[in-house]
Amino acid sequence: MSFSAGDRVRVREMYPPGHVRTPFYVRGKAGIVERVVGEFDNPEELAYGREGDKRILYRVRFAQRDVFPQTPSGSDTIDVEIYEHWLVPEGDGR
Amino acid sequence: MSTTHRHPHVYHPEHHLPSTYYEKLTAAVMELLVEKGFFTAEDVRREIEAMDERCPERGARMVARAWIDPAFKARMLEDGSAAMRELGLDPGDMRLMVVENTPSIHNVIVCTLCSCYPRMLMGPPPAWYKSRPYRSRVVREPRKVLAEFGLQIPDEVTIRVHDSSADLRYLVLPMRPAGTDGWSEERLAALVTRDAMIGTAVPRV
Repeated sequence: MSFSAGDRVRVREMYPPGHVRTPFYVRGKAGIVERVVGEFDNPEELAYGREGDKRILYRVRFAQRDVFPQTPSGSDTIDVEIYEHWLVPEGDGR
Repeated sequence: MSTTHRHPHVYHPEHHLPSTYYEKLTAAVMELLVEKGFFTAEDVRREIEAMDERCPERGARMVARAWIDPAFKARMLEDGSAAMRELGLDPGDMRLMVVENTPSIHNVIVCTLCSCYPRMLMGPPPAWYKSRPYRSRVVREPRKVLAEFGLQIPDEVTIRVHDSSADLRYLVLPMRPAGTDGWSEERLAALVTRDAMIGTAVPRV
């Protein structure tokens, strides 16, 4: 599944063991693709000495009030880099 | 040096303290790699020298150039690593993304997972950047954290926090302060501090 800038996406709410680069605080949260960064070696494989697994990296912009509802702060945002396999189209459930 | 401690750990900064497990491991692995011919001790020394030469003044040069040269600024916002190369700075394999402060947007960078930072441009990050309080709080309550740094962001200005969670590294391009018309690039660069390029401060005249 690939996305374009402007697409609404949701971060999968999953908690696999091992080295992952998706922060806990955005798991299960919805945001908008800010840009497509490009293809990179999957860090979840690289961390264990394996390679050859390219994944698309996105920058996803979250409204701060969606991520931390207890500290709502107007229009403030958090941009996070997230790999494709962590994202689903918003509306498809978690 | 005794025969049981035949390796002088020249890179160990605290010579009067016993080496920790990881310092010993690092020294042992380095010596093995040198013995096996992967690289020489001179290569290691040269790399450490190069690392120590990286400092915030490099970032300040880029910012000052962007302030006086709109075409350079446009290229820098498009591709930060290419802009580094234009100034003769080696980004290595770092993908630098420059985020621009405007009258309506203030940017601040963090790495909530560890301590990712544009080291190739700025050198090592400050201790507080690596601390758990900064990393956990600046995403949760950025206005409060910035206020603790002495930076009050007006309510009408949007704060964009950038979490360096994967392969990009960030540099904040601060706004050029008023009252600096006609200043030389060098004089402008002296206004640009490390924290202004992280987003926890703004340049002041």
